[in-house]
Amino acid sequence: MLDSRTNRPEPLPDGAGVGYKPQHFSNILEAPAAVSWLEIHAENYMGSGGRPLAQLRHLAERFPISVHGVGLSIGGEAPLDQDHLSRLKHLIGWLNPASFSEHLAWSTHDSHFLNDLLPLPYTQATLARVCAHIDQVQQVLGREMLLENPSTYLAFAETEMEETEFLAEIARRTGCGLLLDVNNVFVSTTNQQTDPHAYIAAFPMARVGEIHLGGHDMQTDAHGAPLLIDSHGREVVDPVWALYAETLARAGRRPTLIEWDNDVPGWPVLEAEAARAAALLAEVPA
Amino acid sequence: MRQPGFTEALLDPARAVPAGLTDPQGRPAGKRFDVYRNNVAASLTAALETAFPVLRALLGAEFFRRMAGIYLRQHPPTLPLLMFYGAEMPAFLAHFPPVQDLGYLPDVARLELALRHSYHAADAAPVDPAALEAIAPERLMRARLRLAPALRLVRSDWPVVTLWQMHQPGGGAPPEMRAEDALLTRPGFDPAISPLPPGGAAFLLALQRGETFGAALGHAEAESHNFDLGAVLGLLLKGEAIIAIDHEDNR
Repeated sequence: MLDSRTNRPEPLPDGAGVGYKPQHFSNILEAPAAVSWLEIHAENYMGSGGRPLAQLRHLAERFPISVHGVGLSIGGEAPLDQDHLSRLKHLIGWLNPASFSEHLAWSTHDSHFLNDLLPLPYTQATLARVCAHIDQVQQVLGREMLLENPSTYLAFAETEMEETEFLAEIARRTGCGLLLDVNNVFVSTTNQQTDPHAYIAAFPMARVGEIHLGGHDMQTDAHGAPLLIDSHGREVVDPVWALYAETLARAGRRPTLIEWDNDVPGWPVLEAEAARAAALLAEVPA
Repeated sequence: MRQPGFTEALLDPARAVPAGLTDPQGRPAGKRFDVYRNNVAASLTAALETAFPVLRALLGAEFFRRMAGIYLRQHPPTLPLLMFYGAEMPAFLAHFPPVQDLGYLPDVARLELALRHSYHAADAAPVDPAALEAIAPERLMRARLRLAPALRLVRSDWPVVTLWQMHQPGGGAPPEMRAEDALLTRPGFDPAISPLPPGGAAFLLALQRGETFGAALGHAEAESHNFDLGAVLGLLLKGEAIIAIDHEDNR
């Protein structure tokens, strides 16, 4: 999927994609029209060979691919892991994907990788550090990246800025794009007891290169307040679909991904979720 | 916030929730911090369950889950590549008091780690079996065989291959207590495990060190008087594990 004049990949299409799971390989190739692009987790394709890379090469001939990193720890207090950045550069180099995205979060401390997207206080110090890391990533990869808004479960007493303001400032300083996860907006605003509609209204939509939709679980905190968990293990709920429609009305059409990482269903369930996103996208004037 | 303190509290449920973390009303975060604790423990436990299915079957799901909770706190991943998580499991099992009398467990863990590494190893085209057969014996003795990157060898004082096969679909009989060496090859994309005949491991280790075919045969025969060369070559060819034959005259 290269632009023949520039050898740069074409951007993701403004259609519906899914997070690729190996168990769906045959389903996807049998009926490729069901989705218009695929997203992979970068870290699952950092082996030296074998089936994962063979499948990815095969899929990349037929679909635009988005590479979504989950291990770079862009919000980490320590310098970025050079070895991991090199692995990422290698993957991006040979695959030349349509998009690369990572998270506003940290996951590694003192060479311990904690395998979760951990929260950050929104302060000037965090802002400077995150921007320096994004500058470094964009320089090493030689391309712009997208940064995703997190799901959060708690707040920091030291936070000085709204998350939307924080993300807008990162995009302004680094030139990076943003990945707007609408389920994360719903989860975080519920957990922080703020207004999801105000969050969407304040989000810098011009910077949004991709939208994520996924499922969450419901719990309560010690005081009985709702506490939503970003589990990626079920269907997108109706209030999130409504918030997505509201987002599209403000942003226009954007490439939209269905994320389902745990208790992964059979292909028809995932395909139906993608079709629902595609139907909402089709209602937006081009 | 300081990430070192956050990390320590994440991995140790007995530690207090770090100061400065709150709920929306400014009260201490309490249970909200446990969401992160749980995400870390549950996701790393799931990664270990994926990596060690036979170990889990041998120990029982509940025991394995509790043991994984201890392992992940002693040995959090050191890389963001979860497909290789669990490298310390053999050493951990060797020193984990509740399983001290199950001496075969570390070798089962080594075998399952080797399977993972074989699965993700670099691709390499195998030689044509006919090309190997066509080489005159005296020339073959001076040649060096290059083995596929996906080939792995696990030597064990325990019946590690039979134990592994018992817990595959279709099962298998409980093993006699004897030593087994496992050969992992990867024909296509799916690793296959075979027991090596006596002397086979010495033969392959010599080939891996770059010794000639003849020298490797010498090592094998020193270890086993009736070394079955044909059987080992058969496993290597079927496993697409020989990727080049280097002759002395064109090195």
